[in-house]
Amino acid sequence: MKVQFTDVSMRFGAMEVLQHVTIGVEEGEFLCIVGPSGCGKSTLLNIAGGFLAPAAGSVTIDGEPVTAPDRRRIFVFQERGVFPWLTVEGNIGFGLFDMPEEARRQRVAQYIQLVGLDGFEKAYPRELSGGMKQRVEVARALAVNPDVLFLDEPFGALDSITRLQMRSELLRIWRAERKTVLFVTHDIDESVQLADRVVVMSARPGRIRRVVDIDIAHPRDLSSKRYIELRDLIFGEIGLAHQV
Amino acid sequence: MRPSLIPGPIVVGRAIGELAVRGLLVKYVVASLFRVTWGYLAALVIAIPFGLTLGMMSLGEMAINPILQVLRPISPLAWIPIAILWFGVGDVSAIFLIFLASFLPLTVATMNAVHNIDPVHLAAARNFGVPLRARVADVLLPAILPQLIVAMRIALGVAWLVVVAAEMIAVNSGLGFLIVDARNAGDRYDLVIAGMVLIGVIGVVLDLLMRRLERLDSVRWGYATE
Repeated sequence: MKVQFTDVSMRFGAMEVLQHVTIGVEEGEFLCIVGPSGCGKSTLLNIAGGFLAPAAGSVTIDGEPVTAPDRRRIFVFQERGVFPWLTVEGNIGFGLFDMPEEARRQRVAQYIQLVGLDGFEKAYPRELSGGMKQRVEVARALAVNPDVLFLDEPFGALDSITRLQMRSELLRIWRAERKTVLFVTHDIDESVQLADRVVVMSARPGRIRRVVDIDIAHPRDLSSKRYIELRDLIFGEIGLAHQV
Repeated sequence: MRPSLIPGPIVVGRAIGELAVRGLLVKYVVASLFRVTWGYLAALVIAIPFGLTLGMMSLGEMAINPILQVLRPISPLAWIPIAILWFGVGDVSAIFLIFLASFLPLTVATMNAVHNIDPVHLAAARNFGVPLRARVADVLLPAILPQLIVAMRIALGVAWLVVVAAEMIAVNSGLGFLIVDARNAGDRYDLVIAGMVLIGVIGVVLDLLMRRLERLDSVRWGYATE
């Protein structure tokens, strides 16, 4: 297992947020974690990222316990994680401080191209749309060549059209780079579109209710019978009737 | 008040001309700017690292902040006797007063600016394992710079206010000295007003120069969108 959660529990003061979470993530897998808001899914991701220590249990990556953030696994926040005082180039090269200048320049150019920001190298984040900022952040994360990416509702602040585009972008990049991805979202459709497996969490305190294999090949047809079946299964699992 | 005693613009204009002819205009302006520059620069050099450190260490802040808050409402002019006691009558005293006047607001503003840094940016810096030096230079400083520039502008305004007052007591050149001297040496109220006008104009110019910093590309994100 690339990432292994073993009996992870977490509390903030008297409030229990996670209870006995055990799950393994395989190398190169795309795992989505969905659940109602406040179920502790972001907390779980922060524990895996080394930003929080669990109250009980452990997380290991490649068998090593996680104790602190590490540049081999990068956390992607919503697009506000980009540094507004750096240009697109500056942001993407941020983690490459120990690289020789020329290699660094090449790496930055490579990732600018990968996320389709050619021509915006010298632009500042305030000149970019939300989707473009999110691309910058993804490129900044990928540029340091991490083995694991943690994405915490990365497209939550985007409009629905951009969100859809960003999902196929992310899948394209994931296929090209083969990183292990842990993706937290409250959007059930998003999880079924992206993931190899979806972890469905209960309301607080968060426990794993069910792990759903998404056995549909990419590119996924969003109106196929299987897609709708799996989506409705997760809706049901969270306790939502899928109607308005 | 007898309005006839206040010199009109023409008389004041002539007084400024007289200062220029006697070579005092440039001399006094330079003398005042010299004191402000040194006092203000010393304050910047000390207050910014000090404020950064306090902002990052909550324990240090808990210890020092109350002292800063008590010192802040004390006018720098109240320090004049102590300044003279420590540094004697002269430039150093005046520079010290300017230093004090700008040091306190700069320290407090830097500290507060550190508190306002988006935690996401600090987390990202941690995640990429950036060494401490780069974390300060590439994250902390640029993150606080927009607020810092505003504080620097305000502090420079205060420094300029204080140089004039400091020169009224401790030195024999500068625009503050000009005002006191003009009154003492024969009620030259045209020169008094000339001094006031020069102080006002230079204050505005300094503020305009500082405002230009707010247009730098790397800080514009910190201000309301244009």
